[in-house]
Amino acid sequence: MLLHKNPFRAKTLTFAAMTALISASSALADDPAARGDTPESQKGYDISARSDRSDSGYGDSKVDARMVLRNRAGQETVRNFSFTTLEKETEDVGDKSLVVFQSPRDVEGTALLSHAKILDPDDQWLFLPALKRVKRISSSNKSGAFVGSEFAFEDFTITELNKFTYNYVGEEELDGMTMDVIERFPRYEKSGYTKQKSWVDQDIFQARKLEFYDRKGELLKTLILSDYREYDGVWRAHTLSMVNAQTGKQTDLVYDTYSFKNGLDANDFQQGILTRLR
Amino acid sequence: MANARNRLDDFAVGLATWVIRLRWIVILAAIAGALYVGQNAQKLEYSNNYRTFFSEDNPELKNFEEFQATYTKSDNFLFVFVPKDDSKVFINRNLEAIGQLTEEAWRLPFATRVDSITNFQYTYAIGDELIVEDLVPEPGATSPQGLLDKEAAALAEPLLNGQLITSDASVTAVNVVLTYPEKSLTEVPEAVAAARALRAQIEEAYPDLEIYLTGTSMLNNAFGEAIQSDFKTLIPLMIGIIIVTTIIAVRSVSATFATLSLVILSTMFAMGWAGFVGIKLAGPSPSSVIVILTLAIADSIHILMSARSSMRAGMAQREAIIESIRINFLAVSITSLTTIVGFLSLNFSDSPPFHDFGNISAVGILAAWGLSLTFLPAILSVVPLRVKTVDESDRGSFLRGFANFVIANNRKLFVVMAAVSAAAIAMIPTIELSDQFRKYFDPRIEFRSDTDAVIDYFGFYPMEFSVKAGEPGGVSDPAFLEKLEEFTEWLRAHPSVVHVYSVADIMKRLNKNLNEDKPEYYSLPEDRDLSAQYLLLFELSLPYGLDLNDRINIDKSSTRVTATLEGEISTKDIRQFLKDSDAWFDENAPEIEGPATGPQVMFTFIAQRNVESMVTGTSIAIVLIAFIMMAALRSFSMGLLSMVPNGLPILSAFGVWAILVGEVGFSVAAVASLSLGIVIDDTVHFLTKYMRARREKGLSAEDSIRYAFETVGAAIIFNTIILLAGFLVLTLSAFKINMELGMLTSLTIAIALVLDFLLLPGLLLMTARDRKGTEAVSQGESHATA
Repeated sequence: MLLHKNPFRAKTLTFAAMTALISASSALADDPAARGDTPESQKGYDISARSDRSDSGYGDSKVDARMVLRNRAGQETVRNFSFTTLEKETEDVGDKSLVVFQSPRDVEGTALLSHAKILDPDDQWLFLPALKRVKRISSSNKSGAFVGSEFAFEDFTITELNKFTYNYVGEEELDGMTMDVIERFPRYEKSGYTKQKSWVDQDIFQARKLEFYDRKGELLKTLILSDYREYDGVWRAHTLSMVNAQTGKQTDLVYDTYSFKNGLDANDFQQGILTRLR
Repeated sequence: MANARNRLDDFAVGLATWVIRLRWIVILAAIAGALYVGQNAQKLEYSNNYRTFFSEDNPELKNFEEFQATYTKSDNFLFVFVPKDDSKVFINRNLEAIGQLTEEAWRLPFATRVDSITNFQYTYAIGDELIVEDLVPEPGATSPQGLLDKEAAALAEPLLNGQLITSDASVTAVNVVLTYPEKSLTEVPEAVAAARALRAQIEEAYPDLEIYLTGTSMLNNAFGEAIQSDFKTLIPLMIGIIIVTTIIAVRSVSATFATLSLVILSTMFAMGWAGFVGIKLAGPSPSSVIVILTLAIADSIHILMSARSSMRAGMAQREAIIESIRINFLAVSITSLTTIVGFLSLNFSDSPPFHDFGNISAVGILAAWGLSLTFLPAILSVVPLRVKTVDESDRGSFLRGFANFVIANNRKLFVVMAAVSAAAIAMIPTIELSDQFRKYFDPRIEFRSDTDAVIDYFGFYPMEFSVKAGEPGGVSDPAFLEKLEEFTEWLRAHPSVVHVYSVADIMKRLNKNLNEDKPEYYSLPEDRDLSAQYLLLFELSLPYGLDLNDRINIDKSSTRVTATLEGEISTKDIRQFLKDSDAWFDENAPEIEGPATGPQVMFTFIAQRNVESMVTGTSIAIVLIAFIMMAALRSFSMGLLSMVPNGLPILSAFGVWAILVGEVGFSVAAVASLSLGIVIDDTVHFLTKYMRARREKGLSAEDSIRYAFETVGAAIIFNTIILLAGFLVLTLSAFKINMELGMLTSLTIAIALVLDFLLLPGLLLMTARDRKGTEAVSQGESHATA
């Protein structure tokens, strides 16, 4: 998940050394279709792979999140939920995640279970406590606004490496740091975006800024990731601020402290778990 | 006073002499100055946003801005598909075209949302699965049974039927919402060009479809297009009129050249100034060019005609010019001043383009005044003026005869004129204020012709309500939903409403879908949590751009209801609808009331707001102009009396308008003060001559009237013809506000001439008889000081 993505402690490692190290890991084979065949696309892919693969082995994570939505009229509203994630087994599938809403009160206990896919639509189920039923969400569209925010559900699964093809743009200064700037293009159908542009720092190799471009190629949203904290080698941004360049609306996503390696496994992310959450 | 007048004459003579001595410098300086100022005109831009017509404090605009900040901006394109062969919408060929346009429309500049029957998010249940998908997932490849099913589903959907598809499924529409950054004036034309290209592309690929293009973006673009169309046709026409009129009036090519130069230089000064201060041309403001061309020429004509008659009397060219400046200095100055006052009073209007219109015109008139007294004598002194000895005794004898007729019948004429005016004025209350933005443009403008073609299919004027649930999440409250449903049903039953978009329908549909599509569940959920969770589920299923953020505010404490009113509705009926909806809230649910808003709500009150704001402006103009008249005529009572022939024409014009046309847009607010400043010129000329005859020549009232007719009668008629020509040119504008402005002002000017000639003499004779004693005294005083 983009929203709690990873790290690299070995700040002194050179890029080449690291690429070699990652390539050496047999479980993490590059997808040639995603990596492309030009030097720019491969460099873009490799830098993204370094970010994505750096925290492999984090196991699972739990975190409480607070979402603050603001519109152009200055109105504001808050949503709280907990976020549980199970690390993907291979790069051919995505992470599994469970979102449990805590507020507003009328959706308290509503739970969304997702099994992310790479190119196919994700599998999703929603438990509605008021109906005491699980409903499978059968929609190939996951690019709509997530609970009315400026985040789309696809923004949460955005660092699944092989969902994109890449293009390395160059280096750029941002907030006093040198960044690698990479463009990436969704390989999956029904994306709301034609292009994303990410700024990855050369220090801890984390995305600091992302731009999302709409179907006409215009800037749609800008995401600023900040307050990176390290958990035993794993880096997570704790404040994510998404501003819609076209409507002026904004959503801030603020994470509490993460807990890792809670001993969760695939059984905790089965459809049946939804009715037993409380 | 006489000394003052002599000093003024001395000044005028001195000025004219000096100007003629330095003629080349004056000419070059005027041209250089006009070029220097005029180059700023390149900076002038056209506004293409209907919001330009509203002041920042306009309450309706504020409501609407707040509404848009809460939900979404409302600029749109509406593509309306009418199959030429009377085929239904739901055949594969047509659906393919609609699907293709829907897909492509996302790529139009600034497009943020596209809604059509193909991408409508159709929901249904399969067991415990909620399916949310495009109503027509693969346009062009639907099975025959599928087509029937889709048509039935579309017609059964209250959010589509009447909004994007007609109830007989014969016509459909695609709505594109645009969010302009509003940083550049090229945004709207750019989007419109792309939308037109897309329409052309689809029409070419699917020749059986006629596609019409309307919506607020087309409206906004029409404002710019109307200006361009006016500039292309009206200005050349006006220049032609200037040339013809001047040639007729002064019968000299070189004098015509001089006049033409003067009016063009005046216009350059005014437009250059407008560019310098950053005015964006909109609505009436570009008409200031026509107004300046019209009014600037009047000064020159007076000066030229006087010079010509002096030359005919044997004076040399330069002496004649100096003499003409001496004679006309005061009259030209006063008429310019009153006109400027009239135009400046437009700054009281609630509509900023009227401020610009008034100010640009005022600057142009100021420039024309200055140039008439400097540039004109200078250029006349270097071009050859030939005077043909034309026998003017015909004209003179006609006017003398006319004066005798008026004097002989003055009581009858006075009574008839007063009665006719009074009858006309009595009709004023029947004037209906009408501002339907569709009708602001004539059919030359595509927005109007396309909108007219489709208006019967889907209504036209959206009325937006932000209905308040009172607390965060309150839109899921069953009590609120019930009120919302009642309001929705009330709107649907209202005779002016053709379609209502309300989330109450979405809630009912979801309730049914999530209960295995059982028809008995097509009702509002009775549990707040359930509604909230349905909404959450639905929102998670919607694709990019088709979310509910434009329908429910972020903390879900209010929701938007859109009622579309029929296209042919009058402004009066819109006002009635607004009253009805207010009354509904007051009686049934005052706590959820969100006042109606939207562009047409703003235009519905624009005339009223402008009339209210112009009351002050017009009053100030009247008082100032009365003072100017008193000073010019050097008589308090004559100044007051002059307000009758000055004020009566505009009131009568409104009355005549009430009888002939009946309804008028917000330009009506501006007409009173600006036409007052213009029609006063005739009165100034007539009364100054009358007073001079009474005071200086000691003539009787009757003989003074004869004198006035003989000396300025011709000039007044000419002046009126020029003014009429200019303002009649405005009536050819593609923009209705300018058309009405031109028509009402022309009517006022024509009536002013009639009243000056037929009613004013009677009035003067009556006051002269009433106050013989006092007149004698004041005449004595006047002689004493002389």
